[in-house]
Amino acid sequence: MSALGAPLRRLEGTAKVTGAARYSFEHTPDGCVYAWPVQSTAAMSRIIAIDVDAVLAMPGVVDVITADDAERLEDADDGELMVLQSSNVAYRGQVVALVVAESLETAREAATRLRVDYQTGDVDAVLEPGHPKLYAPDEVNAGFPTDTSVGDIDQALAQAHAVVDHTYSTPAQFNSPMEPHATVATWSDGRLDVFESSQGSSSTVQILSTLFGIPAADITVDSQHVGGGFGAKGSPRPNVVLAVMAARRVGRPVKLAYTRQMMFALAGYRTPTFSRIRLAAGEDGRLLGLAHDAISQTSTIEEFTEQTAESSRHMYAAPHRSTSHRVAALDVPTPRWMRAPGEMPGMFALESAIDELAHEMGIDPVELRVLNEPASDPESGKDFSSRHLVDCLRRGAAAFGWEGRDPAPGVRRDGRWLVGTGVASALYPAMVMPSSARVTARRDGDYLVEINAADIGTGARTVLAQVTADRLGVDVDRVDIRIGVSSLPQASIAGGSAGTASWGWAVSKASLALVDRLKDEAVPDDGLSAEADTADDIEAMADVDRHAYGAHFAEVRVDLDSGEIAVSRMLGVFAAGRILNSRTARSQFIGGMTMGVSGALHEHGVMDAVHGDYANHDLATYHVAACADVPDIRVEWLDEHDDQLNPVGGKGIGEIGNVGAAAAVANAVWHATGVRVRDLPIQPDALVRHLPMRG
Amino acid sequence: MKPLTYERPATLDEAVSLLGRGEVPTSLLAGGTNLVDLLKLDVESPQLLVDVNHLGLDRIDDTPNGGLMIGATVRNSDLAADPRVRERYPLLARALLSAASGQIRNMATTAGNLMQRTRCVYFMDATKPCNKREPGSGCPAVEGASRELGLLGTSDSCIATHPGDMAVALVALDAVVHFVAADGAGTIPIGDFHRLPGDDPSLDTTLPAGAIITAVEVPPLAFASTSTYRKARDRRSYAFALASVAAAIDVDGDTVRDIRIALGGVSPRPWRAHAAEELLRGAPATADSFRAAAEAELAAATPTGENALKVDLVVRLVTGVLLELTGSER
Ligand SMILES: Cc1cc2nc3c(=O)[nH]c(=O)nc-3n(C[C@H](O)[C@H](O)[C@H](O)COP(=O)(O)OP(=O)(O)OC[C@H]3O[C@@H](n4cnc5c(N)ncnc54)[C@H](O)[C@@H]3O)c2cc1C
Repeated sequence: MSALGAPLRRLEGTAKVTGAARYSFEHTPDGCVYAWPVQSTAAMSRIIAIDVDAVLAMPGVVDVITADDAERLEDADDGELMVLQSSNVAYRGQVVALVVAESLETAREAATRLRVDYQTGDVDAVLEPGHPKLYAPDEVNAGFPTDTSVGDIDQALAQAHAVVDHTYSTPAQFNSPMEPHATVATWSDGRLDVFESSQGSSSTVQILSTLFGIPAADITVDSQHVGGGFGAKGSPRPNVVLAVMAARRVGRPVKLAYTRQMMFALAGYRTPTFSRIRLAAGEDGRLLGLAHDAISQTSTIEEFTEQTAESSRHMYAAPHRSTSHRVAALDVPTPRWMRAPGEMPGMFALESAIDELAHEMGIDPVELRVLNEPASDPESGKDFSSRHLVDCLRRGAAAFGWEGRDPAPGVRRDGRWLVGTGVASALYPAMVMPSSARVTARRDGDYLVEINAADIGTGARTVLAQVTADRLGVDVDRVDIRIGVSSLPQASIAGGSAGTASWGWAVSKASLALVDRLKDEAVPDDGLSAEADTADDIEAMADVDRHAYGAHFAEVRVDLDSGEIAVSRMLGVFAAGRILNSRTARSQFIGGMTMGVSGALHEHGVMDAVHGDYANHDLATYHVAACADVPDIRVEWLDEHDDQLNPVGGKGIGEIGNVGAAAAVANAVWHATGVRVRDLPIQPDALVRHLPMRG
Repeated sequence: MKPLTYERPATLDEAVSLLGRGEVPTSLLAGGTNLVDLLKLDVESPQLLVDVNHLGLDRIDDTPNGGLMIGATVRNSDLAADPRVRERYPLLARALLSAASGQIRNMATTAGNLMQRTRCVYFMDATKPCNKREPGSGCPAVEGASRELGLLGTSDSCIATHPGDMAVALVALDAVVHFVAADGAGTIPIGDFHRLPGDDPSLDTTLPAGAIITAVEVPPLAFASTSTYRKARDRRSYAFALASVAAAIDVDGDTVRDIRIALGGVSPRPWRAHAAEELLRGAPATADSFRAAAEAELAAATPTGENALKVDLVVRLVTGVLLELTGSER
């Protein structure tokens, strides 16, 4: 029987729960010292003076590095990585100095004592619609176009039978992986060895090579175990640059880890967004026009534009359509990827608006979506590799008990609770990125797979072993797998939900090549290997539209006394190609949906407009869903076969669970209460005044 | 590294004398769940920690009149699980269980809980001004992130709240704080224990300097058997109160004979709703009178732009809780 699809337990599970698995910061090279970043306490400003001497005099302090004496870095095309290169401060929390000391405690204490004087200016850190600094970037994240337009949206709006025109917002959200960013860097004889919590160490090597002007061949980055990332470790962050810089300068290995508080300024986050959605519908509920105009923020040192409106280009049929993105460079840390960048905020907006239209037209929200299902990509006209959104909606509706739902809002009472249900669609691009792998047959009959994939907790290591076993036709326990070190065959990052597809392809190709060789070659003492690279295969792929789809159903209960919301039940049905490990896949979907609930109800970076930082920068005040908030989540998937994807047949499952889930919850809150909340998170503030009184 | 001396006295006398020396800034250490965080955040910087966990203050005793004497180092989870507490004071057990997380409750103590400091994000961030942490530096909360903060008994200099749950129930129960200091033992009624900020928010309580809380006495209250605690919060566990209500009620037919109401999350002091109680004694036990009483209590509220929600929230919570306790919802 094939190993594919089996609910195999994580291969490294025992090592993780017994503590045998070593995360980056758990490596302590002999003679190492500790570095502690000093963060700016002023927002946009200029450093006038740093009293380095006072801190250098403290016992145990080895060095203090500032922009005055830090080595000059070569630009690696990321302004956030140009650490300690200038006395200009772009945002509160940016690193202005690095203290290196014999112990962590000394480094930390010295860092708090370092006196830095700033010349400050006015802080501009609050994104709002109409902000004067909004501009059109050349492109948005992942290379998508800034604006698109088909037909004449104004004409569609003018001719429509029904129009929905509202603005929806999502707040700054923080990835908050369990393991904060951490680096251990060692230089020896011109070689650089780094332990780094990263979603992709191949690219870290390239970037360090550029920044520090040394050959990539002289750098090794080890990320064998990563305690979550959700995008925050998708590219190097200042921690690795600081540690490497300090290690070179003091001539000793350096350890550096962010605190949880530092994560809120130095690790990236999801930008706040505003989405104006305009829907123009004909009498029968079919869309004539769909427009999505999105705004977001970036920093003054690096442009990052969330592709918030990108999903609206693909979801529903409509002859007239337009999308746009505008971004403002504010005095804030640079926003980056967070699980489903673009799709999460964009689909909250679009799927809320569709729900509003359904109510306005008296059409069931599931049926309205089915009615507007396109035959090919609605903007580009490209064929779909496969699209089973309608099947997800139908199957979900049946399993959730949607049929016979009373559409009237605010009428179902259970004790002191109002009860309602909501639905929303999901989509996420099915991408694949070039990767390479090596598979070796050993004399003892076992096989070794080597690929610089990253397992950030997803189960990637396990799934790749399954793919190999399947291709070789052997049991999984005959497969030994090595991932997460840059000296292995280079591979793409764990990002874009494309890890398994990309790495799986390379592993599959190498395995099949090995099978070929084994047909007429004996295994020598040092083993027989085959390597493969998928760059050319990917280049040759047909130009079709590839997305995974899903449908979320949620039931919520709203407390009449407080406006508190409890999600009581949730179902997600997904069409994501072949599911390679039902256990780890279910966890990914549930994790995504949990993040969706968390985004719907809890997560809220609160900007301190005076000081220019996120005021609630810890996990006691930045709330993520607690166990008690996470309902009985059910996940199902369709048995989808799509031969235009990649040889392993999967579309990617890491992010789609977090797409549309917040809209399903918001739509259910409306159905429960009759109150439409267009700004996340949905908290009692928005509801309490509008709920009927008891008694 | 900041040098820090740790002492673990075995007797109360020893602890009092260590505290009384006053040579260096000194703090008592109980469960450490609040103090240790504040040390790490540079919000508090004592140089001597006196551990109170080995002074034999961990008992819950019956008092002769049918109340309870709760030792200062009784853990919150033990207190919540005590059958006498559950039976005689359901509001106290529920308040305790609505707080923090299981792990924290296993460490947190009675005295530490009373003495816990505000969670105002400006107080917790040593890089920003705060009149409580650094008198005279200003209060950015009034015009800033104030959604979680207070609207009763606050002042221009501070709108922080006492964030705890347990003390709200204790205030409803007219508990009494017992302490020992160098010059002898004393007591403070819980209603006078937490200070209002006025123009000096630096002191949270009226506990004399150098005093150690030894116990909290809860007097008997027959109608506390009809009592509860409800807390509104931003997630269903592990979050401080947006607002909370501790209430006990004694109804005679359709009329309120006696009542206790205290509010949490709205003031620097767990707020005894005297005005509402006054209005309700002798009033009909109906939703309308509950609501009117709650509204009267909130008449003096001074919400910020961000926390106006708490006015509606308190009125609804009080009404809902009293309806639930009296079973008078139709
Ligand atoms: C993430 C998080 C969430 C939380 N959520 C809640 C919540 O929802 N509701 C809630 O009520 N609480 C909550 N708490 C707070 C928690 O209840 C308190 O931290 C705890 O009760 C403090 O008790 P402790 O024994 O650990 O005190 P410590 O941290 O040891 O001490 C706290 C203070 O009390 C003083 N002290 C201790 N003992 C004595 C004594 N005998 N006499 C005089 N002074 C003394 C100390 O000097 C110190 O100033 C939360 C805490 C955290 C970290």
